[in-house]
Amino acid sequence: MAWVNAIIQGVLTGGLYALFACGLSLMFGVMKVVNLAHGDLAVIGGYIAVFVITAIHVPVLWSFVIVVPVMALIGYGLQRTLIQGALERGVLTTLIVTLGLSLVIENALLQFFTANSRGIGAGMTLVTGSFTIGSIQLAYLLVTIFVVAVVVLLGLQYFLSRSKYGRLIRATADDREAVQLAGADYRHVFGIAAALAIGTVALGGIAYGMYSVLDPTAGTDTILLFAFAAVVIGGLGSLWGTLLGGVVLGVAQQIGAQINISDEVLAGFIVFLAVLVLRPQGLTSRRTQS
Amino acid sequence: MTATANLDQPSADRAGTGDTPLLEVRDLVVHHGQLLALDSISLRVFPGEVYAMIGANGAGKSTLLRTIAGLHQPTTGSILLDGSDVTTLRPERRARQGIVLVPEGRRLFESLTVEENLQVGASYARQGPWTIERVYELFDWMRGRRHQRAAQLSGGEQQTVAIGRALVANPRALLLDELSLGLAPVVVQRLYGALPQILATGVTVLLVEQDVSQALRVASRLQCLLEGRTTLEGRPADVTAEQVEAAYFGLAGAAVSQPGEGSESSWPG
Amino acid sequence: MSLVAEPATRPAADFRVTRSRRSVAWTGAGALVVVVLLALFPYIVYSGTTTILVQAFIVLTLASMWNLLAGYAGLVSVGQQAFVGLGAYFVLILALHGASPFTALPIAAIACGVAAVPLWWLVSRLRSGYFAIATWVLAATIMLFIERFSSIGGGTGLPLPGLSGLGPTLLAAYTYWAALAVTVVALLAVYLLLRSRLGLVLTAIRDDEVAARSSGARVGLARMLVFVVAGIGCGAAGAILAISQLQVQPSAVFDVQWTAEMAFATIIGGLGTIEGPIIGTAVYMLLQQTLASYNAWYLIILGLVAIVVALFARRGLWGLVDSRLSFRLFPVGYWLRNPVGPAGLAAPLTPADGGN
Repeated sequence: MAWVNAIIQGVLTGGLYALFACGLSLMFGVMKVVNLAHGDLAVIGGYIAVFVITAIHVPVLWSFVIVVPVMALIGYGLQRTLIQGALERGVLTTLIVTLGLSLVIENALLQFFTANSRGIGAGMTLVTGSFTIGSIQLAYLLVTIFVVAVVVLLGLQYFLSRSKYGRLIRATADDREAVQLAGADYRHVFGIAAALAIGTVALGGIAYGMYSVLDPTAGTDTILLFAFAAVVIGGLGSLWGTLLGGVVLGVAQQIGAQINISDEVLAGFIVFLAVLVLRPQGLTSRRTQS
Repeated sequence: MTATANLDQPSADRAGTGDTPLLEVRDLVVHHGQLLALDSISLRVFPGEVYAMIGANGAGKSTLLRTIAGLHQPTTGSILLDGSDVTTLRPERRARQGIVLVPEGRRLFESLTVEENLQVGASYARQGPWTIERVYELFDWMRGRRHQRAAQLSGGEQQTVAIGRALVANPRALLLDELSLGLAPVVVQRLYGALPQILATGVTVLLVEQDVSQALRVASRLQCLLEGRTTLEGRPADVTAEQVEAAYFGLAGAAVSQPGEGSESSWPG
Repeated sequence: MSLVAEPATRPAADFRVTRSRRSVAWTGAGALVVVVLLALFPYIVYSGTTTILVQAFIVLTLASMWNLLAGYAGLVSVGQQAFVGLGAYFVLILALHGASPFTALPIAAIACGVAAVPLWWLVSRLRSGYFAIATWVLAATIMLFIERFSSIGGGTGLPLPGLSGLGPTLLAAYTYWAALAVTVVALLAVYLLLRSRLGLVLTAIRDDEVAARSSGARVGLARMLVFVVAGIGCGAAGAILAISQLQVQPSAVFDVQWTAEMAFATIIGGLGTIEGPIIGTAVYMLLQQTLASYNAWYLIILGLVAIVVALFARRGLWGLVDSRLSFRLFPVGYWLRNPVGPAGLAAPLTPADGGN
């Protein structure tokens, strides 16, 4: 029974990882950008949430209303300035610039907010409570996060498939020159994609602050690699693939924890590496090599 | 020993607004890195015309279209749309102003459906008669297949969708790059067969063709390029097959130069 | 635009292909003097200074390796901290079994080279973005794996045994000399490597990989060799780290910050030149020493400078100097020298090493 419980917990955690990952999948899929600062931007989102909750007394569950648009704007700005400039100069420059951004963000947070960790919504029933079905204990928070992740993915899917800018994003991912010929400034389209990516990962940051705690290094310690794991396992080019990837990661971790409590994260990485080596295109992709 | 039309005289081929060319290229010099691709090319396309650029592979025809569309920056020279200089405009701005290129190799958005390709083409469309519906009327097979992914179409079908994608933007100057490339003759015929209906809506066409006889059939005027330089210009009616052949292949005794070309570097040099 | 009208009238034997404009013997002599001077430091400066220099040597060694990987083999690794950690832990393991850490150092470095082979097999087929992430995940996985073993300290680490017999001054001196030796060997190895046929292959790969492959160069083998060499170098640096810290903690030795520091030092100094990492390390140490009291600021500035350099001065600080002076401390390219000089057939050509 413990195994069933583990699997279910793993599936639910997959929702959190999908929130981390969907923005990364978007940026990598559309712009071929590996944003090493992705996790740190999630942490910034979490810190902003902490700020608006404590300083302006915004209710915890409404903090995202402020955080997500702010982070989306920041995402657009970063894309149009730093990342666009790096893109034009090649992969190495993009990695250096985003790594530099990551270093700057983490140390700035360290400098101004100390290394103390912060939680969001500690004490709330949503965060601490759970309900039981049979002998399975389900945390309110995990279930909520999973539902939120599904809603976000549905929203992104709808946006990409039905809206003008969604089509433009997909078209730009296919052929950015041809999109210019159709009258679209691809830099602006990239900016929109980045705004979506950073806005959603900020949501993930808030969720992480509730599920665990936020500290300056959480971005690179946890969030970034889990996000990449979900994207790679699930397969690039598919939003629902990131949910599948997140679920596989979560389940792998919980199974690892069942075997040996301290092997949770290690188990997930081993699965990640296995997929990278054996099937780098991921579980959902039809292509043979990306 | 030239076979050029006198550009300063209006010809019966030019419909519309008199002497102002819709699209003008002046002394365009284009480099690919250190390689000289276009050596002081000039042309004028008047409203309602079909102007054809012919020439062998590597002559510079596609480079010319890409530079006019804004995907490539010239070293010197200028490009004018209806009298105003667009040389420094980004490609998307030019597209919004009416210079729309159907690029070589179709370049459809492969992960999008036929209809989505057209919708993207219409994203920043100008006002005008062309809509997605009208494109379906022009190419009737498309309506039934409009939810198919573009990657699943045949070459000829993709070329048609690419034309449709450009049309829904309501271009003023439609640039067609190597329509016939890789397609069976009967398919090419069908594509060019749509040209009159396109022209009838007021679109001006500048096209690039390797197939000389096809170009001669549809063009009101043409220009031949060889290694980046103009070797012939005129109306199909005014040039002989021998002149075209000589200009295309650069044979001795070829008609060289045209009004406006001053550079005296000798061919093949 | 006319081509050369006549064939060269000078016999080809009159032209010489040389390695540099000035004799490299001068640079070699100069380098020797510098190394000897540095070796004397423990006798002439306080141990505080030598400790700082040990740090600099670690960063310089790491930066040279990262430069080799990214600047010459086109491998952008964000996971070199794996080898730093492995080097430190190999020393720890050997020391726990009674060896002196200083003796363990070269063994640990070689062991890292051996470990690099299966790791290379895991990641070699991945392309740029995936490759970078894979190396990072590998490093994280190795760290987590090592943390399982409480015999080597588990998650908290262990102090490094085997050095308690030495007095502090002597220990500091030995550590310093070991670090100096590692750095000198690393730089020398990189220099010789790039001057060898492997270096030619690497430059060819850097300039045009497809052409290199089709002309027969064993691209995959060349890259693997570079990866292994970088593994050895980073492992040696990790060994020095363990010795200088007198302890080995997983979160410290496997920190991705090592990659950030070596990458940024290389980029700021100049990627793809041997001199670049030297300059970059100098800048890094300068920042660190002047801003050390301001805690995290030097890393913030480092990151900002790296971003600015990557975007606006792609060839780094050395690149800015190099383009003005045509000067190389470590010549690895070729010059064509004609016997007549500037008044002759043609001016000396630009260096044939990619012109970077």
